[in-house]
Amino acid sequence: MSTTATTPAGRMAALARAELTLLGRSRGTLVAAVFVPLALPFSVRSAVDGMEVEKHGLSVGTVILPAAIGFSLLFAVYAALTGVFVTRREELVLKRLRTGEVRDAEILTGSALPAVTTGLLQCLLLTAGCTVLLDMPAPHAPHLAVVGLLTGLVLCAALAALTAGLTRTAESAQVTPMPLMLVSFIGSGVTVPLEVLPDQLASVCELLPLTPVITLVRGGWTGALSASEALTSVVTAVAWTGLAVFAVRRWFRWEPRR
Amino acid sequence: MGTNGHEHVIEVTDLRRVYGGGFEAVRGIGFSVRRGEIFALLGTNGAGKTSTVELLEGLARPDGGRVRVLGHDPYTDRAAVRPRTGVMLQEGGFPSELTVAETLRMWAACTSGARPQGALARVGLASKDGTRVKQLSGGERRRLDLALALLGEPEVLFLDEPTTGLDAEGRRDTWELVRALRDGGTTVLLTTHYLEEAEALADRLAILHEGRIAAAGTPAEVTAAQPSRISFELPAGYFLGDLPPLDELGVCDHETAGRTVRLRTRELQRAATRLLVWADGAGVELRGLDMRSASLEEAFLGIAQEASAASRTKEYAA
Repeated sequence: MSTTATTPAGRMAALARAELTLLGRSRGTLVAAVFVPLALPFSVRSAVDGMEVEKHGLSVGTVILPAAIGFSLLFAVYAALTGVFVTRREELVLKRLRTGEVRDAEILTGSALPAVTTGLLQCLLLTAGCTVLLDMPAPHAPHLAVVGLLTGLVLCAALAALTAGLTRTAESAQVTPMPLMLVSFIGSGVTVPLEVLPDQLASVCELLPLTPVITLVRGGWTGALSASEALTSVVTAVAWTGLAVFAVRRWFRWEPRR
Repeated sequence: MGTNGHEHVIEVTDLRRVYGGGFEAVRGIGFSVRRGEIFALLGTNGAGKTSTVELLEGLARPDGGRVRVLGHDPYTDRAAVRPRTGVMLQEGGFPSELTVAETLRMWAACTSGARPQGALARVGLASKDGTRVKQLSGGERRRLDLALALLGEPEVLFLDEPTTGLDAEGRRDTWELVRALRDGGTTVLLTTHYLEEAEALADRLAILHEGRIAAAGTPAEVTAAQPSRISFELPAGYFLGDLPPLDELGVCDHETAGRTVRLRTRELQRAATRLLVWADGAGVELRGLDMRSASLEEAFLGIAQEASAASRTKEYAA
């Protein structure tokens, strides 16, 4: 038997493959996760033109690219995965998987992989698109943007698992991600850069989970973050991610409520 | 791994499970299952069957007592137990939009020693490999579930109501398969509320009632503890008092409904002989005559009634 024993990587790959097939068959998720984040940045364009962002040391590109990445994280990863986790839980797929050899962390990671990969590819595509279409310069501090993007992907997947715990049915999973999405659009610098907000409001918004992610992405391009600002953002992003992962381990709901 | 034929593969001691609201679903049960044995947990809905099996499968941590499967704690020592067990939950567990073949492929990649070839044919689903799970009938889904539980040739198989939703033929096929597995050395623990299923399959069984074991043993032992039954119609012009004295017949209990008499006895042969000798002597015909040993179903109903009465008495006394 040992010759055919399964490995964590093999098990996660199998789950990811199944989940990718399912993503391809779920038209609603496909539209929301794949096309919306690619289309939305164009709608922000006209609003940005009216914001006089240049006064705050920003350009159209450094507003729209973080916005696009924020949309991608929230639609393709956060909202889509909330639906995936709820649906699999309600179909008792998660419970059934737990009777087998797959470990809990592997179940969540494997199931999340297609959505996270979609989000990552979208972000890369959007970066390339914005660079070409908006004539953006190369990022000043690419490592900050990379840290922001990677923590953002993990954080959104973990937040999706947490939101799934508060969601009873697959239908309500269309609604339950909305609060965090709206708060993030407005308060985390996705649609409105924090630089444009009054200082007091901005300092509160800096504590929101997605704010450091967007700040790091924007800062990676503008190079305007001081060392301490960058460090604060990295620490906040990592802290939120760690907290969310801990909360998932502690409170994730594997079975429907009785 | 011991090769002793009497090795206990599943051992349960004083097992308890309490749900969030304080409901005690499993109230201190104990039993053990030997290698190569089919053991059935019987009970009405809510008796604690699934709550118990989930603890054996390692899906939840017991609130008291101990479970050992193949010598390990199935909850804390998951990695050691899971590659050697196969599980079929009471329902569902597969994404509805995947096809049967895709589901099989996914599950095989998550199962050590999986043998996907022939797995569907084994349960009669070979022609359905391209069908989406959501388009399968309830019975077909049960069979897919069974096929996946068997993929890794497990040493221990947990089947939670394996034939619910199957037609008579599907049920027989599943029984045959389970017997063949047992004959090949697989240990099977199944729950069912079909008493004839337990009677047909189980080497030993336990009847659960309100979270406790109300009776346990081989099907023959469990039924032997229950009285046999004789029923007939009183001939015209005869009354119950015209029969030989009931205690002389070995009857422990009786009831009448219209002209029908029902006697219960623990000595069926003696009671039957004396009754028939009396009828012959009196020259009467006992219409609708029916004599039978207790079936598991009667045993089950009797035990459930006794247990309920006992727990009511206890509550009054408290």
